[in-house]
Amino acid sequence: MNGFVEIFFRSVFIENLALAYFLGMCTFLAVSKQVKTTLGLGVAVIVVEGISVPLNNLIYNLLLRQGALDWIGLGHLDFSFLGLLSQIAVIAAMIQILEIVLHRFVPVLYNTLGIYLPLLTVNCAILGASLFMVQRDYTFTESVAYGLGVGVGWALAIVALAGLREKMKYSDIPEGLQGLGITFVTTGLISLAFIGLAGIQL
Amino acid sequence: MSLKQYVTTPLLKENPLTLHVLGICAALAITNSLTSSLIMSVALTAVLIISNATISLIRHHLPSSVRMIVQITVIATSVTVIDQLLTAYLPAAASALSVYISLIVTNCIVLGRAEACAMNYGVRRSIADAIGNGLGYSAILIFVATIRELFGNGSLMGVKILELARDGGWFQPNEMLMLAPSAFFIIGFMVWGIRSWKPEQQEQPDFKPIVAPREVEGQ
Repeated sequence: MNGFVEIFFRSVFIENLALAYFLGMCTFLAVSKQVKTTLGLGVAVIVVEGISVPLNNLIYNLLLRQGALDWIGLGHLDFSFLGLLSQIAVIAAMIQILEIVLHRFVPVLYNTLGIYLPLLTVNCAILGASLFMVQRDYTFTESVAYGLGVGVGWALAIVALAGLREKMKYSDIPEGLQGLGITFVTTGLISLAFIGLAGIQL
Repeated sequence: MSLKQYVTTPLLKENPLTLHVLGICAALAITNSLTSSLIMSVALTAVLIISNATISLIRHHLPSSVRMIVQITVIATSVTVIDQLLTAYLPAAASALSVYISLIVTNCIVLGRAEACAMNYGVRRSIADAIGNGLGYSAILIFVATIRELFGNGSLMGVKILELARDGGWFQPNEMLMLAPSAFFIIGFMVWGIRSWKPEQQEQPDFKPIVAPREVEGQ
């Protein structure tokens, strides 16, 4: 249980996917104009990460890795080179299924998350979390903590940026720096602040 | 436009990174070393050429309802090939880039070009477009990496250029350039530079500050 909490907090604050590994930057910079929209997007990311990382963990450990197919006597086969293809396929399929299920059973949630879900298929934060999970050899429980943690961390980062950008609307920014330029600089400053958390021992 | 123009336009005028904000993730994460950036640039350009050419060849046989899945599969396959090649022949560089080579799959430039160019035009134009966008992306990556490695560590591609103060030389490196956030600042200021030079790329502010207060009527 201790490891669970540690991985969660580590992935929220110290190894924040958006601010320390720069994953999901395209969406991060493009959809961060209003706090309200980013809240919807943030929840969508938490849900997708929370399901896709443990799911990919199961597939990798039970089917792809060397020795995983021992139960049918094919333990010598190593399918780990198929990892990338299977992960992206799982993510795309899962998002599609989630969209259909939400549309049918929870229309309220669908209306909030619906427009962001397809966008998340090509978000590198989602795929990146699964790749890191494989690289770090997480067990199933750890991957649940990691998936939820990176989702919360990413949501936190984008809501923080949107809050700053809402205030910044009224400031007088040089013409060339307007829009994209100042967003980069702001994100850099937030990221610098998050580096300060790296010294914390959990 | 001639084939040559398809190669040259994305270099500066319509750079995928600074104008369309595509594929930033890797640009920020791996630019603290020039070697990684060069390998990343070559890998991305290769993936872009393979996927654009393949998708352009099969574009007439693709039903539009499943085109995304096919595009992603083509891209993921070419990334896997490049990844396996790097792991086999350049293991040190591959481990330094860790997951970022695999993340080319979700690099928006690749899918963006597949959707915008390869689905609509012939093979030759798609390849020219892929080379152009690959080079445009590489140019920014190499520029940022040169600044970060030279002034942050005093070296280029691992070779010492400036003698560091801690080794008895004269150059006091800027340690912040080795940290992640500096890439945000460099790209931010670069966007500022390009947009001041080419004002048509500037974005309009949401609110214009009012210069002189208006007269209040009916008092």
